[in-house]
Amino acid sequence: MVDLSTNCGGIKSPNPFWLASAPPTNSGYQVCKAFEAGWGGAVWKTIGAPVMNVVNRYAAIDYNGQKIIGLNNIELISDRSIEINLKEIAETKKLWPDRAVVASLMVESDRQTWHDIVKRTIDSGADGIELNYGCPHGMSERGMGSAVGQVPEYCSMITEWVTEVSTIPVIVKLTPNVTDIRYPGRAAKKGGADAISLINTINTIMGVNLDTFEIEPSRGGKGGHGGYAGPAVKPIALHMVSEIARDPEINLPISAIGGVSNWRDALEFILLGSTSVQVCTAAMHYGFRIIEDIIDGLTNWMEEKGFTSLEQVRGKALPNISSFGEMDLLYKAVAHIDEKKCIQCNLCYIACEDTAHQCIDLLPKNGKKQPTVREADCVGCRLCYIVCPVENCITMIQKENSGTPKTWNELVQELPQPMTLEDLRKFQHEHGIEIH
Amino acid sequence: MNNVAPKLSNEEYEANFAELHPPFTSPAATAEANRCLYCFDSPCMKACPTHIDVSTFIKKITTGNMKGSAKTILSSNWIALTCAKACPVNVLCEGACVYNAKGEEPIQIGRLQRYVVDWYVEKGMPPLFTPAPKNGKSVGIIGAGPSGLACAAELALMGYDVVIYEAREIPGGLDTHGIAPYKMKQQDSLNEVKMVQKLGVVIRTGIRIGSTMSIEELEKKHDAIFLGVGLQSATRLKIPGEELNGVTDALTFIEKVTTRKWNSVDVGKRVAVIGAGNTAIDAATEAKRLGAEKVIMIYRRSEKEMPAYKFEFELAKKDGVEFQFLTVPKNILGSKSPLGNGKVEAIECLKVELGEPDNEGRRKPKPIPGSEFQIPVDMVITSVGENIDETFLARIPNLKTQNGVVVVNSETLQATNPKYFAGGDCISGGKEVVNAAADGKRAAHGIDSFIFSSGKRAD
Ligand SMILES: Cc1cc2nc3c(=O)[nH]c(=O)nc-3n(C[C@H](O)[C@H](O)[C@H](O)COP(=O)(O)OP(=O)(O)OC[C@H]3O[C@@H](n4cnc5c(N)ncnc54)[C@H](O)[C@@H]3O)c2cc1C
Ligand SMILES: Cc1cc2nc3c(=O)[nH]c(=O)nc-3n(C[C@H](O)[C@H](O)[C@H](O)COP(=O)(O)O)c2cc1C
Ligand code: SF4
Ligand code: SF4
Repeated sequence: MVDLSTNCGGIKSPNPFWLASAPPTNSGYQVCKAFEAGWGGAVWKTIGAPVMNVVNRYAAIDYNGQKIIGLNNIELISDRSIEINLKEIAETKKLWPDRAVVASLMVESDRQTWHDIVKRTIDSGADGIELNYGCPHGMSERGMGSAVGQVPEYCSMITEWVTEVSTIPVIVKLTPNVTDIRYPGRAAKKGGADAISLINTINTIMGVNLDTFEIEPSRGGKGGHGGYAGPAVKPIALHMVSEIARDPEINLPISAIGGVSNWRDALEFILLGSTSVQVCTAAMHYGFRIIEDIIDGLTNWMEEKGFTSLEQVRGKALPNISSFGEMDLLYKAVAHIDEKKCIQCNLCYIACEDTAHQCIDLLPKNGKKQPTVREADCVGCRLCYIVCPVENCITMIQKENSGTPKTWNELVQELPQPMTLEDLRKFQHEHGIEIH
Repeated sequence: MNNVAPKLSNEEYEANFAELHPPFTSPAATAEANRCLYCFDSPCMKACPTHIDVSTFIKKITTGNMKGSAKTILSSNWIALTCAKACPVNVLCEGACVYNAKGEEPIQIGRLQRYVVDWYVEKGMPPLFTPAPKNGKSVGIIGAGPSGLACAAELALMGYDVVIYEAREIPGGLDTHGIAPYKMKQQDSLNEVKMVQKLGVVIRTGIRIGSTMSIEELEKKHDAIFLGVGLQSATRLKIPGEELNGVTDALTFIEKVTTRKWNSVDVGKRVAVIGAGNTAIDAATEAKRLGAEKVIMIYRRSEKEMPAYKFEFELAKKDGVEFQFLTVPKNILGSKSPLGNGKVEAIECLKVELGEPDNEGRRKPKPIPGSEFQIPVDMVITSVGENIDETFLARIPNLKTQNGVVVVNSETLQATNPKYFAGGDCISGGKEVVNAAADGKRAAHGIDSFIFSSGKRAD
C-alpha cells in the first residue's frame, strides 16, 4: 500500500499536494470544495494589510494552440478583512481536521503589527503560517512582499519577529526575483523558519499592443510588470528548489511551488527534495478536480516502482546534480539518425548547418535527401536531437570514452596555470578531439 | 451458387479487411490527447451511453497515467475495447465534442479509448478493481454478448457468484460473431471476455437454455436471472424462391466472415442485398471486400428514409456498392434442379412510390403496377430485421413481450417476472454494443437492489 502522508516542517497532511496561496484559496467555500476533491492542504490567500485591486488582473501566454503556458497577474493580497478570513480558516479547520490549513500573512514591517496578526492566526486554529516575501507588484512598492524577500536582512528580521511569538510552524515563501536564492533562504533559516516554500511569481511584462502601444493587459491605458507563474516557470522553480535543497547551511523542509500541472511535475520537485508541493495556475485553468489524477498518477507510479512512502522517493535526484567542473570532459556521445523513422523534414540538417557545427550531410536516397550525421565531426551538442519532430528518431549514442574520465576541475590541477589554449589543444588532441 | 466470385490472394483479403481506423502511435495519441480541452461537465461523457468520463481518461493519457486511464474507462464500461472500435462515435461521444461547435475536428475519442485499452490488454490485463467479499448470492446470465458480459462483470465486483450460459461454443455474442472485421477482430472481443472471466465470472458455453438446460433447472440454481439473449432468427422475405441455393440471411453470412477464414466464404459474382439497415450495409461491404464484382442494395424507401447511419452508407458507396431505392423484391428466380434446390439466377423486383405517412410517420411504399424488372444475380442476402426468440421467451412464466421486445422497467431493467432482468438487443429491438454494455451494468444494479431490497445488505 502506498502512503502519501506528509509532514512538512511540522505541518501534516494526508498527501503532499496543497493549493498555493492565491485566488483558489480565497475563501472557506473554495478551500472546503478543494478538500472535498482531495487536496491535502491549502495555503490561504495572503491576508494582512488593506488593499484595493484593479481590473484586468491576469494575462496569459498561449503557445501553438495550448492555452496558458504562462500566467501573469497583478493581484494583491486578499481584499477581504483579516477577521473574516480568520473566521473562515477556523471553520474550515473544524470541518477538515486532517488537512493542512496554512495562513499566509503579509503586514507592514512593524514588529508589533506582526506579533498581533501571528497571535490572531494561532487562535484561528491554523496548522501553520506562511510568510509571503514574494509578491512582486503593488505590495513591494509599499515595502512588503518581494521588497522583503530581496533583502536578506529584512527577511531574517521579520521571520524572527514571527517565530519569537509563534507556537505553530512557520514557512517562509521566497521570491525568485533575486540573483541567488540561497541568500534569502539562509536568512529565513537564521530567522528561525521551520520550512521554506518557493517560488512566488517572476517579474514579467506580457506583451505590447502593436496598434495602441499599450502594455498587455491594459488597465485604462496603463500596464506594467506583473508576476509570472504556470508551466513556463517550472524549470526556473526546479533549479531554485534544488539550490535550497542542496545548501548545507539551510537544511530545511521545502514546499515547492511553480508550474506544477500534474503528478509528473510534482514528482520532479519531490525527487529534488521537496516535502510538499503547491499548485496555483493549473487549478485556475481546470479547477480543483485535477487533484484526482495527481494522486492517482503518483500512487500508480510508486506502486509500479515498488515505493511505499514518500520518504523513499524524496531527494532521489539530488545526488545527480553537479557543477560543470565535475562533469567528464571525455564522455563522448554523437547524434544518430534512425533512417527508418526519419521523415526527411531536414530540420536537423538546417539547424546543424546554419547554427551548429556543419556535420549533417544531405545524401541522395530513393530520390529524396537523407540527412546523415558525419560522426567524426559531430561535437555531440544535441541541437538536432532537440529539433527533430519524430520521437526516438535521433538519439545521442554514447561512444567509447577517449581515455579515463577527466573533469575540468582535475584538468585545472594537471595543466600549468594560467591554462593556455595550446595546452588545452594538446590535451584534446591526445584524446582524439579536434576543434574546427 | 451459380457464379462464385473468384477467390482473392491472401494479401488482397488482408488489404480489403484492413482496419478502417488503425491504432495511434504513442506520440500521435499524446498529441491528440493534449488537444482535448478537458472540458468540465463534458458533453462527450453525457453522449456516451455508458457515461465514460472521457475528459478524465484522456487527461490521464497526457500525464502518462495509463493504468489510471484504463481504470477510468473500464469502471464505466466493461466492453470498452469493442466499443472503442465499433461505436458509431460521430453520433455519440465525438458528435458531442465541443470542437464541433468550434468548427474544428472533434477529438478522436474512440481511437484514444482503443489506445488505452490496447495498452491494458498488452500489459496482460492486471487487476484494476478489488471485488467485494462474496455475498452468498448467485446470478445466472443467459447469453455471453455485451449485455450479459457487462452485467456479469458488474455483479462479480459486487460479490455475486455469476454464471453465464452461452448457446454457442465461442462467447462474445455479436461482438465476436457480427461486427465487421475491418472494425475489429474476434480476438478483441475474446480479450474482453477474458477480462470478465478474470473477475471470477464462470462462462459455460454450448449450453442453450430452454434445450440443453431447462428454465426450471436454471431458476433453481440462481437468485436472479439476466436475459442478454439478443435477437435471433432473421425475418423472412416471404417471397417465392427464398429456398434457392444462393439465398442467405445477413447474420449467417456475416458470421462466416468474422472468422477471418476468407477463403472458405463463398460469395456470388453478383450479389443483391435486401434491406438498408446497418447490418445490410455490413453484409454488402463485406461481400464486396470478399471479391463480389457487383453488389446491389435493394430498399423499398428512398435514401432519406434509410435506417443505416450516414457514415455506413458513405462507406458502402466508397466500396462501390450500388443502390436500388424505391424497389421491392417480388420473386427470386433460379434454375430448376431435380436434385434439390436450384441456384439463384436473378431477382425480380417492383418499383414503388411512397404514399401517405403511417402512424409512425414513415411513408408507406406503394407498388407501381407493371413496373416489374429483373436483376441478374448469383446470391441474395436478406437483411430485413432480426427478432427476439419468442418461442424461448414464452416458456418463462409471466414474462411479457410487446412490440417484439421484452418488457422491462426502464430504471431497473426488471422484467414482468420479478426474478428476471433483461438488457441489450432483446429489450431495444437492436441498438449498439455500447447500449447493451450500459444495459448490462444498469441491470446489475437493478438485480442488486432486488435481491437486497429489504435492507439486508450489509453496506
Ligand atoms: C451484423 C451486425 C453488425 C453490427 N455492428 C455493430 C457495430 O459496428 N457497432 C455497434 O455498436 N453495434 C453493432 N451491432 C449491434 C450489436 O452487435 C448489438 O447491439 C449487441 O451485440 C447486442 O448485445 P446483446 O448482448 O444484447 O446480444 P448479442 O450480442 O446478440 O448476444 C446474445 C447472446 O446470447 C446467446 N443466446 C441467445 N439465446 C440463448 C439461450 N437460450 N441460451 C443461451 N445463450 C443464448 C447468443 O448465442 C448470443 O451469444 C451490429 C449488429 C449486427 C447484427
Ligand atoms: C492570480 C495569482 C495571485 C496570487 N496571489 C498570491 C498571494 O496572495 N500570496 C502568495 O503568496 N502568492 C500568490 N501567488 C503566487 C502563487 O501562490 C504561486 O507561488 C505561483 O503562482 C506559482 O505557482 P503556479 O505556477 O502553480 O501558479 C499568486 C499567483 C497568482 C497567479
Ligand atoms: S464507449 Fe463508445 S460512445 Fe462511449 S466514449 Fe467510448 S467510443 Fe465513445
Ligand atoms: S468535448 Fe471534446 S474537447 Fe471536451 S472533454 Fe470531450 S473530447 Fe475533450
